[in-house]
Amino acid sequence: MTSPSTNISSMPPGPVIKSKLSRDDIIMRSGMIVIALYLVVTLAFPLYAMLSKSFSTYRFELSQYEMQVSDQDGVFDGAILNPVDLNVATGAYSDADLSAGSDSRLPVTQLFPDFSFRSPVMYQIRNAQPGGRFLVGSTLHDDAEWTTLDSNSFRRVQLRPVKSTGFDNFVNYFSTPALFNSIKNSLFIAVLSTVVTVTLAFWFAYALNRSCMRFKGVFRLIAMAPILVPSLLPGIALVYLFGNQGMLKELLFGASIYGPIGIVIGSVFFTFPHAFLIISTALAISDARLYEAASSLRATPWRTFWTVTIPGARYGLISASFVVFNLVITDFGLPKVIGGQFNVLAVDIYKQVIGQQNFEMGAVVSVVLIIPAIFAFALDRYVQSKQVAALSARSVPYQPNPNPKMDRIFLVYSSLVGLFIVGILAVCQFAALIKFWPYDLSLSLNNYQFDKMDGGGWGSYYNSIKLGLITAVVGTAVIFFGAYLVEKSKGFRVGRSLFQMIAMLPMAIPGMVLGLAYIFFFNNPSNPLNVIYGTMAILVISAVTHFYTVSHLTAVTALKQMDREFESVSASLKQPTLKLFSRVTVPVCMPAVLDISIYLFVNAMTTVSAVVFLYSPKTSLASIAVLNMDDAGDIAPAAAMGMMIFYTNAAARILHLIASKGILRRTQAWRAR
Amino acid sequence: MKLNVSKITSLLAGVVFATSVAAETELTVYTAVEAEDLARYAATFNETNPDIKINWVRDSTGIITAKLLAERDNPQADVVWGLAATSLLLLKSEGMLEGYSPMGVEKLDAKFVDGDNPPAWVGMDAWVASVCYNTVEAEKAGLTPPTSWQDLTDPQYAGHLIMPNPNSSGTGFLDVSSWLQIFGEEGGWEYMDALHNNIARYTHSGSKPCKLAAAGEIPIGISFAFRGAKSKAAGAPLEIIVPSEGVGWDMEATAIVAGTANLEAAQKLVDFTVTLGANEMYNTGYAVVAYPGVAKPVEHFPEGLLDKMIDNDFEFAANNRAAILKEWQSRYDGKSDPK
Amino acid sequence: MTQATASGELYLSISNLWKAFGEFLALKDISLDIHEGEFICFLGPSGCGKTTLLRAIAGLDLQTKGSVMQDGKDVSNLPPSERDFGIVFQSYALFPNLTIEKNIAFGLENTGRDKSEIAVRVHELLELVGLPEQGTKYPAQLSGGQQQRIALARAIATNPGLLLLDEPLSALDAKVRVHLRHEIKELQRKLGVTTVMVTHDQEEALTMADKIVVMNQGVIEQVGSPTEIYREPANLFVADFIGEMNQLPATARGKAGISIGADSDIVKSQTHHFSDGETIVAAIRPEDVIPHGNGTSAPDETDVIGDPENVFTVKLAEMEFLGSFWRCRLQNEYFGASELIADFSINAVRRFELEEGKDMVVELPQDRLMAFPRVEAN
Repeated sequence: MTSPSTNISSMPPGPVIKSKLSRDDIIMRSGMIVIALYLVVTLAFPLYAMLSKSFSTYRFELSQYEMQVSDQDGVFDGAILNPVDLNVATGAYSDADLSAGSDSRLPVTQLFPDFSFRSPVMYQIRNAQPGGRFLVGSTLHDDAEWTTLDSNSFRRVQLRPVKSTGFDNFVNYFSTPALFNSIKNSLFIAVLSTVVTVTLAFWFAYALNRSCMRFKGVFRLIAMAPILVPSLLPGIALVYLFGNQGMLKELLFGASIYGPIGIVIGSVFFTFPHAFLIISTALAISDARLYEAASSLRATPWRTFWTVTIPGARYGLISASFVVFNLVITDFGLPKVIGGQFNVLAVDIYKQVIGQQNFEMGAVVSVVLIIPAIFAFALDRYVQSKQVAALSARSVPYQPNPNPKMDRIFLVYSSLVGLFIVGILAVCQFAALIKFWPYDLSLSLNNYQFDKMDGGGWGSYYNSIKLGLITAVVGTAVIFFGAYLVEKSKGFRVGRSLFQMIAMLPMAIPGMVLGLAYIFFFNNPSNPLNVIYGTMAILVISAVTHFYTVSHLTAVTALKQMDREFESVSASLKQPTLKLFSRVTVPVCMPAVLDISIYLFVNAMTTVSAVVFLYSPKTSLASIAVLNMDDAGDIAPAAAMGMMIFYTNAAARILHLIASKGILRRTQAWRAR
Repeated sequence: MKLNVSKITSLLAGVVFATSVAAETELTVYTAVEAEDLARYAATFNETNPDIKINWVRDSTGIITAKLLAERDNPQADVVWGLAATSLLLLKSEGMLEGYSPMGVEKLDAKFVDGDNPPAWVGMDAWVASVCYNTVEAEKAGLTPPTSWQDLTDPQYAGHLIMPNPNSSGTGFLDVSSWLQIFGEEGGWEYMDALHNNIARYTHSGSKPCKLAAAGEIPIGISFAFRGAKSKAAGAPLEIIVPSEGVGWDMEATAIVAGTANLEAAQKLVDFTVTLGANEMYNTGYAVVAYPGVAKPVEHFPEGLLDKMIDNDFEFAANNRAAILKEWQSRYDGKSDPK
Repeated sequence: MTQATASGELYLSISNLWKAFGEFLALKDISLDIHEGEFICFLGPSGCGKTTLLRAIAGLDLQTKGSVMQDGKDVSNLPPSERDFGIVFQSYALFPNLTIEKNIAFGLENTGRDKSEIAVRVHELLELVGLPEQGTKYPAQLSGGQQQRIALARAIATNPGLLLLDEPLSALDAKVRVHLRHEIKELQRKLGVTTVMVTHDQEEALTMADKIVVMNQGVIEQVGSPTEIYREPANLFVADFIGEMNQLPATARGKAGISIGADSDIVKSQTHHFSDGETIVAAIRPEDVIPHGNGTSAPDETDVIGDPENVFTVKLAEMEFLGSFWRCRLQNEYFGASELIADFSINAVRRFELEEGKDMVVELPQDRLMAFPRVEAN
């Protein structure tokens, strides 16, 4: 029996056979490279630009200037003074004083202890090195010419800082209590919202999966409704419900809705569907045999719950917790609307960037925000990979038995949750139709005259629809094709696993951070891609990239269910892979393709964070309009626009359903036996 | 580089479309003017210049300023029409404005025109700080109407007061800079320390405090007179109070952004902004405009407001802006309205 | 080569093929020639490398080293689309959303045939696989066996020079499998297409193949006709893997003799090349053990003993009725701990009145008693 060693070294030396690439291989690989490049350009490069921005600081460089002082008669003796020496001599500015922001100015008269604006002494100042800049009043001087000024004018000289690099921004950040405090606040509301949402969603999912209560379909529908609106919409409803003029203000017993209470209630609203979906899936796959075993062992329902139900759903619960945590900590719209003086990280980024044009500090906060987001993301991925293993076990689905008492309790509970969700939406719709809350309660459509408000008017609404459609079409095409290439091409192992990794990354990057990174990367004049800045294209790119991961995973899951050998068969029949892709792969995966496109559409319609830094006047968006109208105090129109988004998404979902049914009937006829 | 390319492009475009002279030029105009006025402004301008289309970018003063500064190296705007002079001074100090002497500029009040020749910016109108006081809600809370800035530090107003965050709102900044000018540097900060105790929260935009007061969310909003008058006209139970110490003000002004590809159209727009007609248009909302003798009283505008306008030092405001905001942030930011 | 198959020209020549997956060697220095029109089976336990070899021939998973010549052309590094073969997989890999007709026509499109030509060819193929009426159905509407036939029709639609079958029958239930074996073999004979089939089922290989390639741990253990492989296994692995084989510790005695265990009398065996006294393994198939009476009654005259040296008296320890024959466990002091398994016909059992627990006489015929080197258990 011949059995040569399995050792690789027994293989003779010499070159390894390299496959001649077929035309298909070349097409597939270049396709993959193109899509990978897309992800690098729209994700890796911008994030790098942002990271380097967080280390970009400003300093007053005194060595960049030279000065001269005349005698009492205004005659200069030619002696050139170096401000560095002057500062050492006078001690006017400490090192910390010289650390600056992009907009800082530094007066120079303190370098001259005997300065008086009444004295006849004249002063001269110039930039000793290129790049030096100073102002006289508000006029910029950036050349090397001497500027001669009398004492009174010299008072108006202000030095401007220059760029440098270092950890100053981070030091600054962690030494500013107001900013540092936000980390604590963010974690606090994220954890609290997670606990509340997951608890509520668990029992809701439990009621839907494990009881025989009525109206399950309706409740399922209601539970998914919050996905159709921007995250800040519940904030607006909460103002009407619990604000100082709120309908149910008394329920808060004097506490203010502006702050953590409002953020948590709103967060529960907008994260509820996400938690519900995950937990519901986990409960749906549990094995009925375990329950039979438990009842044959005469376990009490309570004991069965803790020994069978909870362990069975634990991955779902953990996964839902991380997802909710991540959604809350990276959300910006809601705390912006209802957060009051309660600062959180996502809003800090906005405040730094939009309010104070302090892009460097915005980048610093972004870096800080990415850390918990990536952490939660990584844990979630880990837990989900475990759950897949649990899923593959063959199990018998659990069939609930009627239990009138429990069913009634669950019906009451589900109704309360449903009432909360429907109530929030109803309040918004009501607010939108009231003429002037709370003084004139007559109904009117005035609040729909968006063109008279901030935010871009009806144009922004149409822009949003346009964005949603383009994102759905382009995004689905890019993402599904990318997933196909990664899943089905041969060889190129390193490239494929690298691609998989990059495709997972967007989920961990908060939308605001991505948007900010885009400013740094795309609004750079030396970047040839800066032509897309301020166009619809950059919004589409940011939306596609931001929502890439979930779509990619959906596509990969669908593709994994395809026979692995289709490509081999097609190649043996000498047919181009793209023919196989269009004739077989796409039609068979049509349900997934449609799911991806509706997911992209709805999210592009509702996202605020991914686009808030990127919209331009021509591309203002409905979700941004909600934000801006609320910001300007036009809360009712904001609610009106928010409800427009809701109705549009609801209509899109219905259309999607009808279209799916139609397309499925055509493309999935084979499913029917 | 970009400039050259766009110049060449526009040249080419000029050649190609030489036959159709009426082809539209589009101007991107950044503004902080109230949204509801923009359509009217554009329409009035188009009466005389039908071939120039205005694309508005509107946001609050702070944001527009931030946006312009952020785009320093790659300006997206052609013209700034209706932005606080304090902000325009910032842009000027960055060398971002194209000096231009519009036709008829000499007719304007000199106070409203930049000192340089050609001027970097020209003023349109002034907007003036005021206090919006909701009489219905104040009565419910048992408040007495304040008459001065000092009154607002009275403990009875604790939690009943909202003002804009100077970091994002031009109105907020003009309040702060006027207090520093009225009470002196030290007195100003002392005053704000006391006021801070009464503030429920700071809002992002300057008009929001008045809108919140109009909606009854808060009894007193520190905002500006124009907004108050509008809300009052809309039926809100508002009293517009002019504090006795004097009120800060800023002017809205116009400037051409250096590097614009549409310089000619931009100049036409700026020419229009200083005309009598334009000033009459501004007067609809603003009681004080740059063209002497135009101003007519505005409905619901508080009386005696003009006399209370302080002698504003714009250069002080512009050159100390960063330092003031830094100080303000370190003192009060915990209570700022998110944004 | 005892098989009388008309071996045509050399069609496929594999030389010194190696395949490494990381540190693991899946194929080690494989060389094999396949002639035109042959039906070849790669047979071996799972993980032996048979599918890897098939995929290397197809170009689906390229070998690490070595060459493949097909029809005189070096195809070693060509992608599948530039080779000439049709392939059928265990999963059939029929396109679920296309009708049977469209599945079969898939490879005919873009080949310069017009629509009517394709339709004719599709119909012809459907006839050929015996499913002329099913063209408009979808794959899911057919049974597993029908689907496999469609997969076959699709694979041969373009008249490839080589047909590759990757465990084509293992997803089917036993009856269908037996039936399809014949059909595939029939079809292959009709078309004369050179065919390589991968299987782990020895019965399948024995009934279908002209030539069997037995593989184990990445190497070819033996190549030969089914009877060769069965009758003359090249080594203990082949002997053990194909059919059943008794293995008894033994010692070599001369050129054609062994003693079972260490010190039994010398029995005659097939000629071997072991040196005297070497420890070896004696092997014989259960059906080759000849019964000679039950030890009490004398053998009758029809019962002729071939080699008296090769006759043992054994104890019939256990009998198991398996329908057409009895499986018996035989014990003898020389066999040591191991038992000799023998299959006796029902006739023989009746004739010799064999009973469990009694002694009997058996013969291990010389020409069926093989000697193999002993391998250390690993």
